[in-house]
Amino acid sequence: MAAPFELNDDGVVVIIGTGAGGGVLANELAQKGVSVVALEAGGRYLPDDYINDEWESFGQLAWTDARSTSGDWRVARDFPGLPTWIVKAVGGSTVHWAGASLRFQDHEWKTATTYGNIQGASLLDWPIDGAEMAPWYDKAEKKLNVTRTNGQPGLPGNNNFKVLEAGARALGYEEVHTGRMAINSTDSQDRLMCQQTGFCFQGCKWGAKWSSAYTDIEQGEATGNLEVRTKSHAARILHDDTGKVTGVEYFDADGNLQMQAARIVCVAGNSIESPRLLLNSASSMFPDGLANSSGQVGRNYMRHTTGSVYGVFDKPVRMWRGTTMAGIVQDEARHDPSRGFVGGFELETVSVGLPFAAAFLDPGSWGREFTSALDSYENMAGMWIVGEDMPQETNRITLNTELLDQHGLPAADVHYDDHPNDVAMRNYAYDRGSAIYEAVGATRVLPTPPYPSTHNLGTNRMSENPRDGVVNKHGQSHDIANLFVSDGSQFTTGAAENPTLTIVALAIRQAEFISGAMSRGEI
Amino acid sequence: MRQKASNRDLTRRQLLSRASAAGASFVIGAGFIAAPDAAWAAETEHLAPETFATLVQMARDIYPHDRVSDAFYVIAVKGYDTAEAAPGIEAGIAALDGAAQGRGHARYLAVGWERDRVDLLRAIEEGAFFQQIRAGLVTGLYNQKAIWPLFGYEGESFSQGGYIDRGFNDINWL
Ligand SMILES: Cc1cc2nc3c(=O)[nH]c(=O)nc-3n(C[C@H](O)[C@H](O)[C@H](O)COP(=O)(O)OP(=O)(O)OC[C@H]3O[C@@H](n4cnc5c(N)ncnc54)[C@H](O)[C@@H]3O)c2cc1C
Ligand code: SF4
Repeated sequence: MAAPFELNDDGVVVIIGTGAGGGVLANELAQKGVSVVALEAGGRYLPDDYINDEWESFGQLAWTDARSTSGDWRVARDFPGLPTWIVKAVGGSTVHWAGASLRFQDHEWKTATTYGNIQGASLLDWPIDGAEMAPWYDKAEKKLNVTRTNGQPGLPGNNNFKVLEAGARALGYEEVHTGRMAINSTDSQDRLMCQQTGFCFQGCKWGAKWSSAYTDIEQGEATGNLEVRTKSHAARILHDDTGKVTGVEYFDADGNLQMQAARIVCVAGNSIESPRLLLNSASSMFPDGLANSSGQVGRNYMRHTTGSVYGVFDKPVRMWRGTTMAGIVQDEARHDPSRGFVGGFELETVSVGLPFAAAFLDPGSWGREFTSALDSYENMAGMWIVGEDMPQETNRITLNTELLDQHGLPAADVHYDDHPNDVAMRNYAYDRGSAIYEAVGATRVLPTPPYPSTHNLGTNRMSENPRDGVVNKHGQSHDIANLFVSDGSQFTTGAAENPTLTIVALAIRQAEFISGAMSRGEI
Repeated sequence: MRQKASNRDLTRRQLLSRASAAGASFVIGAGFIAAPDAAWAAETEHLAPETFATLVQMARDIYPHDRVSDAFYVIAVKGYDTAEAAPGIEAGIAALDGAAQGRGHARYLAVGWERDRVDLLRAIEEGAFFQQIRAGLVTGLYNQKAIWPLFGYEGESFSQGGYIDRGFNDINWL
């Protein structure tokens, strides 16, 4: 039973967003007996509701509220109103996500130290490291039932993987396998094993893939300590004249403005909406927005140096069959400046259906060069590049006061310019990816530009020194003790790995910190 | 009322039988004509017949697939045959015909080679009319379920139990 809490109950922890960060934090706190109200802007959709159809599913789940873009990234030209591809629903982007679950490499916690001074980059060491995070990663891998951890076998390789694997081995790559995936490779945790349906991005109808929508959220609700309010869009965080936050104003499902009182507020709306909310909460006491004495709220937006390579072969591959992202080459993830850039990248299998291939293979292009590639759709294999991009102060989320959302709130403008390191890495990765497919006979390769961002990071970054960032090593804001950030926007730097396992590990760790501080009466 | 994440407790067999009960609507899909009759669909209400025929040719020249019949292109642009959209389309096609005449052809449809038609389109590709037609085709053409088999794409797979027993790893030429 969901616990109904009163609007004026100022003993509750209010969490904004129920995705990887917020959904896990909500459950972890509820398990510890803490009363939680989770405000979720989207509706609730469960495996029965998910749709094996790319555009229909996008219409059901994706965040399509008004946003704008600027900067020299190609997404701003190709998709000016759609900088990101993320979810507005209970479970957040863990409904769409593909499940790739990798730990950071040790040096990636300390990139300012490791990479040195990179012109134009605002690199900073995390205030935590691999040793500190190891036990939290252990818990996260258990929760997500990640393959190749805790005795779970790897997933079987599908056609798309076999092509990647053969090409990579031909080039001498060694760390090639079907990934560490938050997808059941056995029936376990009351969920089925992967049935190789191939619609991981559209929500797993078998429930084989972990999503907070039908795991953590339901477990939290079962305790009676968690109430999830759907279609509830947080508009502003309120504070008193001592500078402590006191509650959250939100638009409810009927569009009426409500106010939920709070002892603690945790922001977990993804790296676009979290800074937007802090900025939209500006007051006479905090004219630049909440938790923003450093001026860092919204800055250092990262999205990974992405891109894809599709290879066309003379025979069928049928890449869409089976798990979308269960395949990885890890040899290039190391830091090796001799390649002409700092940091590293992973190569992971990816596939899109025909409708998304038409939209994303080379957005805006037309004519036979484009359509002849689609004609070979059945003979295509695909891989995705996930590399560390450089944080830059000027890559940032700002309020676009010219563009209002359906509630009349200023929308987020997402500004991103590629750093020269990002460009060098992407070109190198295109080259390696193409070589992999050519090694197994590709007749044509397509170095495909980045899609709207699925990995959004870093806009409320963690820092040792309050001058350099927004939150401390527990995700607690430097300025306001009872205001936390609990999602990917805490990332100090992005690492080469898909971010969600780290978001989940940080959320589990933060729950421990918050409940401890609450019981000691510190907040 | 909140729905339970019932898939967790069910076996694969139960899920499958439920899925095939719902399968008909999945497989056929709503809103698309399975075997479109081009002659029927090409009849227009608001656009002049020649305008519509030119629009269909333009659609094919933008996204040419020789194994895809006109019927699919007709459906992809049929949505412009409304009182609201027609004037803009008539103007855009008239301009395209004018450009063709400027190069010595009777009209766009009279340009014999695709290469020459594409030259005419390249000249207007930054313009609003071209962009409207091109962007509309991305979903108008490729999101027609009936077109997918022509590309080998199999679409929805849940109702058939995924590919676990249907060839997810059947590649045999590596
Ligand atoms: C297609 C796709 C594939 C992906 N694959 C992988 C992968 O394989 N591995 C990996 O590690 N990561 C993957 N990701 C990324 C992963 O989904 C995200 O990194 C992760 O979910 C981010 O967690 P979060 O808590 O920051 O935000 P989210 O999970 O996006 O959750 C944010 C939630 O906050 C809600 N919200 C926002 N604003 C408000 C507001 N004002 N009021 C109330 N609610 C609000 C949103 O509706 C949403 O539910 C993928 C993402 C996509 C889209
Ligand atoms: S391939 Fe596996 S994880 Fe992906 S949607 Fe299908 S069953 Fe779920």
